[in-house]
Amino acid sequence: MTTPKPRVALFVTCLVDFFRPTVGFSAVKLLEDAGCDVSVPAGQTCCGQPAYNSGDRAGARALAEQVIALFEGFDHVVIPSGSCAGMVKTHYPDLFSGEPNWRLRAEALADKTHELTSFLVDVLGVAPLPATWEGTATYHDSCSGLRELGVKDQPRRLLSAVDGLAIKEMRDPEACCGFGGAFCVKYDEISNAIVERKVADVRSTGAELLLAGDLGCLLNIAGKLRREGSSVEVRHVAEVLAGMANGPAIGETRK
Amino acid sequence: MSGGLTSLSFPKNAHAALANPPLLKAIAHIEETLVSGRRRATEALPEFEALRDAGRDIKAHTLAHLDLYLEAFERKVMEAGGFVHWAADAADANRIILDICQKAGARRVTKGKSMITEEVGLNAYLQANGIAPVETDLGEYIIQLRGETPSHIIAPAVHVNKEQVAADFRRVHTDLDPKRNLEEPTSLLAEARGVLRESFLSADVGITGANFLVAETGSTVIVTNEGNGDLTQILPKTHIVLASIEKVVPTLEDVATIMRLLARSATGQEMSVYTTFSTGPRRPGDPDGPEAFHVVLLDNGRSAMLGSEFEDMLRCIRCGACINHCPVYRSIGGHAYGSVYPGPMGSVLTPSLQGLEKSAHLANASTLCGRCESVCPMRIPLPKMLRHWREKEFERHLTPKKARFGLAAWRFLATRPRLYGLATRFGAWGLARLAGRDGALRQVPLAGGWTRWRDLPAPEGGTFRTEWAKRGRK
Ligand code: SF4
Repeated sequence: MTTPKPRVALFVTCLVDFFRPTVGFSAVKLLEDAGCDVSVPAGQTCCGQPAYNSGDRAGARALAEQVIALFEGFDHVVIPSGSCAGMVKTHYPDLFSGEPNWRLRAEALADKTHELTSFLVDVLGVAPLPATWEGTATYHDSCSGLRELGVKDQPRRLLSAVDGLAIKEMRDPEACCGFGGAFCVKYDEISNAIVERKVADVRSTGAELLLAGDLGCLLNIAGKLRREGSSVEVRHVAEVLAGMANGPAIGETRK
Repeated sequence: MSGGLTSLSFPKNAHAALANPPLLKAIAHIEETLVSGRRRATEALPEFEALRDAGRDIKAHTLAHLDLYLEAFERKVMEAGGFVHWAADAADANRIILDICQKAGARRVTKGKSMITEEVGLNAYLQANGIAPVETDLGEYIIQLRGETPSHIIAPAVHVNKEQVAADFRRVHTDLDPKRNLEEPTSLLAEARGVLRESFLSADVGITGANFLVAETGSTVIVTNEGNGDLTQILPKTHIVLASIEKVVPTLEDVATIMRLLARSATGQEMSVYTTFSTGPRRPGDPDGPEAFHVVLLDNGRSAMLGSEFEDMLRCIRCGACINHCPVYRSIGGHAYGSVYPGPMGSVLTPSLQGLEKSAHLANASTLCGRCESVCPMRIPLPKMLRHWREKEFERHLTPKKARFGLAAWRFLATRPRLYGLATRFGAWGLARLAGRDGALRQVPLAGGWTRWRDLPAPEGGTFRTEWAKRGRK
């Protein structure tokens, strides 16, 4: 007898949906290779983080309700972003204090929601099918994934199985890249000072590839590298793991 | 200079700071001094994480029974022959201290390093009333010469380079031999010591803050690295301690526990060089000590934080770790915040002290990266509290109109998945076309804050949802 495949819903996130569908397809491939029955519920938009971090609790709540209703029927919810997964896992329940029904639903969803690399390693415990990437990469630990969800070793463990890939750590991989959602445009000058330091750290490793698990950080770092004229490629970790890192990198000129 | 900067002009202050190379050079040192120091010290102590729990619990317990412990402390101080004064706000504290100084006939007072006297603006007040305060901590002494305020709670002159200090000393210490070498920090220290020695001996009153107030014994505790605090409180006839109410802990044992966290988190030392306990005035047979001992307990908005979502902030032991690890502080230094307390702890505390209206920007000028919380010895959830302030701003309609409009528009769209799908599809397609083969945009209408500094990577083309649907998938 075979156990039924786990029913996994993928929440692609608004940034991946808009900027980088390749990350979504990479996530689907990784999950299907790992034996999951993957759905992408239609009607998904945003997790509500922009509202939540701007103090707009009602707006965040409205989106949280939408996400809960859409995703609660699955065995697992997987998100290729530490900050969106952190939003669902650590902040959704807080949005419904004083409303036991909603709170229970929020907690139930939080329990089965996972950041992608953490789901593959901590929940499924499977090794992805072998992928190849020739060269040296450096890994940026995105803040929310790292500090809210403890995502640190999981992506590195998965990457260590990629053929030809060497990881060279940067000086302070856990330092913020300066994105911070609305922060990067509200306090753009400070955000720039922070990403300048990050990019200097990336460049001084000599790595050809910068990886991370959050598209917000990746857009920020890639945008700065591009502006500086650097040739370092920037990709979401899922692209490399899924063997889908052959198209143009984030912000890269199309051939 | 910090003179006159306010939190309201934070973006302008930050802009000026970013265009100030000596400042940027000075604050860059925080990495190899305070940050590496903390890392080494905490890695060397296996029980550090458990100590953090213990420290948090001690403070949380004390705050839950704050009235009891403060009254116990007061009783013990009086039993030891000292006086306790209760100050509701800054004006009260200043008045009480001036009164004590005047009754002691004081012309000159020495001061140990204390952020709380900065909070109430004591120096300016004393000066206006004919009493000269002399800062005795080297960093405080330097910024007093420069007419500045501290830019950091444990390293007040962290924004100054040693060349600037040498120049300031030559300007003010006019009898200084021009040939005297002031290149090294140690020679600067010696010069300051020489000048300060005279002040210590001639001061009528010594004023210090306190790192702890001990309910069990009525002691006040200060930790310093220069020993200046000891001279400040032992040599003059009168010793005044100004401390905020949340500094109290129940027992000496509790002090010992929290002390193991304090210096490690602050500078990476196992202990500060001097830890000094003061219990009442000099007793018969004591070789030294003041004849009068006063403790001024300051509230200044703190009791209103009890029971609120900001109560956890009262656990703060002012170690500065959150500041040292903050990417924003590390970019602009402390003066740009325009508040007495800079960095994450300052941005949480300041609105409670001076009101949210005057503290615009502070809670918003954070990426919420969470590094502050991850190093805070008292496990204070700083990002969560910054978010609470943002919520209060939003509720009170203090959030800028443009941002409110943006959030409302986003909510409208994001709660209408079909419309959202259509809008994002056009948007992604349009931006991808605009970028063409370049893959990134150097300029985007309405995204100037982004494209002034970095390119905007272009979308790949179709949104994920349309591409997914094209494949006939659900
Ligand atoms: S908030 Fe925490 S880290 Fe910051 S100064 Fe206070 S105790 Fe130290």
